[in-house]
Amino acid sequence: MYRYDIADKNLVRERVAQFRDQTRRFLAGELSDDEFRHLRLRNGLYLQRHAPMLRVAIPYGLLSSKQLRALGAIARRYDRGYGHFTTRQNIQYNWPKLEQVPDILAELAEVEMHAIQTSGNCIRNTTSDHLAGITPNELQDPRPWCELIRQWSTFHPEFTYLPRKFKIAVTGAPQDRAASLVHDVGVHIVRGPDGQLGFEILAGGGLGRTPVIGQVVRDFLPREHLLSYLEAILRVYNLEGRRDNLTKARIKILVRSLGIGEFKKRVEAEWALIRGNALTLDPEQIERMGSFFGPPPYRQLSDIDPPAAVDALAGNREFRAWYRYNTVAHKVPGYRAVYVSLKKPDVAPGDATDVQMELLADLSERYSFGEIRVTHTQNLLLADVEQGAVFELWQTLRAAGLATPNIGTLTDMICCPGLDFCSLANAGSIEVAKIINERFEDFDYLYDLGEIDLKMSGCMNACGHHHVGNIGILGVDKGGEEWYQITIGGAAGADASLGTVIGPSVAKAQVPDTLARLLEVYVEQREPEERFLDTVRRLGVKPFKERVYAAPAAA
Amino acid sequence: MPRRLLRDRQVVEDDWRYAEELGCASHADAPHAAAPAAGPGAVILGFDQWRRERDAWTARGGRLGVLLLPEHKVEQLAPDLQRLSLVALSFPGPAEGRGYTQARLLRERYGFQDELRATGYVRIDQLFFLARCGFNSFELADGDIAVAGAAFSTFSAAYQPANDRGLALKLQHPQP
Repeated sequence: MYRYDIADKNLVRERVAQFRDQTRRFLAGELSDDEFRHLRLRNGLYLQRHAPMLRVAIPYGLLSSKQLRALGAIARRYDRGYGHFTTRQNIQYNWPKLEQVPDILAELAEVEMHAIQTSGNCIRNTTSDHLAGITPNELQDPRPWCELIRQWSTFHPEFTYLPRKFKIAVTGAPQDRAASLVHDVGVHIVRGPDGQLGFEILAGGGLGRTPVIGQVVRDFLPREHLLSYLEAILRVYNLEGRRDNLTKARIKILVRSLGIGEFKKRVEAEWALIRGNALTLDPEQIERMGSFFGPPPYRQLSDIDPPAAVDALAGNREFRAWYRYNTVAHKVPGYRAVYVSLKKPDVAPGDATDVQMELLADLSERYSFGEIRVTHTQNLLLADVEQGAVFELWQTLRAAGLATPNIGTLTDMICCPGLDFCSLANAGSIEVAKIINERFEDFDYLYDLGEIDLKMSGCMNACGHHHVGNIGILGVDKGGEEWYQITIGGAAGADASLGTVIGPSVAKAQVPDTLARLLEVYVEQREPEERFLDTVRRLGVKPFKERVYAAPAAA
Repeated sequence: MPRRLLRDRQVVEDDWRYAEELGCASHADAPHAAAPAAGPGAVILGFDQWRRERDAWTARGGRLGVLLLPEHKVEQLAPDLQRLSLVALSFPGPAEGRGYTQARLLRERYGFQDELRATGYVRIDQLFFLARCGFNSFELADGDIAVAGAAFSTFSAAYQPANDRGLALKLQHPQP
């Protein structure tokens, strides 16, 4: 992974000093609430319902064991013993004290971490595929490009005060595990006309109040031009994006109002004037960045089948299920990638305790070259585990409550922190997650349903990505009460689509029953091997809607 | 009291006046304000007034500047830059960010060499970024002027090229 040199280290330390002084000026009354808001947001600090919330950047979701240990220690010392992993591969602390935030940042700086640009109207953390570098059909590892983008975007003097937040995701495989189509800019590594690697560039995707799927701005961009092309897009957006209305300020609104053709024309015209400038990457630079992400020292192994081996010993059905759902193929023979499920039924989705973080840091050192990854779906991943060690690892994870065998199933749901922690939310998403878990606790039923993405947001800001859930749940406020709007047919991958609202919103207590009715229709109508999403796409919303609103359940 | 500002990292008294301050601002519905025949010298005109009256003001002589608002297009001022000794870019509030791009375009695309001034909401927290985009003068609040010097060196390096000199550019020249 990327390692800071002395210049990087100085920069994060200088940021700590700057923020310490800004906090001091605020507490001394030299900065108004509004002035401080613009500054603290650019450092990931929200002032919230109960306490400040601090969002710490995990660039493209990659952590060293040392960093994860530090995150655990911070959770214990400054928070209430846990942290919340987010859909953009970051971690949030919900209970720090404002006066202590500079100290937290100082501790992060010592392990090459920061909270720079994790909120505010600037370029946010660049996210990527959590299977980068290990998935069999990848064209190229996207992480060196992510790090180049991270550096280019960090403290970019021209783009620190954008009309609105700006999110970039990069993928290098045909499957999109980074939701790149609902990002302000999606960067896809592709092969060009002559077989050389470069990028397809998309823009204008986004969720929130107005969900939009990104559109192609450029089919093929030679790799050396990545940063100058991004600079051209950002420059057009910075000048032309709306600033009069926050809900219309994202780049998706600009792209929509100009039309993709005109937007593209403006970007290309700007780029024509700067292409070849000092942002052009030379091959040495690209190669040097790539060298940070080279393969770890894998052993020469052959593939084995651990479930079969373990069955011979114990016939362990639970392990078999976990192996099937919580592990995935690795491109190197003899290795497997192992998901650490943060979706235990009685725990808020995406939460991990200080003790779990420290344990995982240890396990990553023992089993996976001292690295761990955060997934867009709010789980963690040990990417490089020897197949022969998988059973032993499972036993340890299971004892720590980190082996719920539900990855990719209904209860592997994405969920925002909701009403309990967020001042924007209309709904207690975590509570709804809990009652859904109680209703769907039968793993055999979950496995029979197969692959289903359930995504839930507590408000229109869509932090839980409900628009692109196969089933989406959105908390709405009706006269001071929590109600839930249900969508079906959304998808976040390479075939991304926005879900369709099935009808009037339902009361909180009826959410599990509503889901049960949707799933009944699926089970009755599916064709062999057909996923929930595909059944919805084939049948449309109608049969689902009819069942849900048939008397007497949902009023 | 004359305005104090930070120019080329020195605290100076402002030798420029905005047209409104001199009572010679004109508006579309009341054009052709009388240009002071021999005024105090340096005058900053609004962009609209400049477009209406540039020849009269140029003929009058003396140093001239133009104030651009965030929504103005710098390319429309580009043909006039040779006649100007100052361009001021305005920041109506703490969220405004178009001036950063306007500044880079003026410096890098249109080659403007003279005073580039930030006016409006300008506090020390923006100085590092403003300076990197090419601003060399800043109308800061009085309390900020005293402590502004240090703000230019908030960070010891930068990852991306911009419009400044002397800062280590990490992305372009990676260190071993």
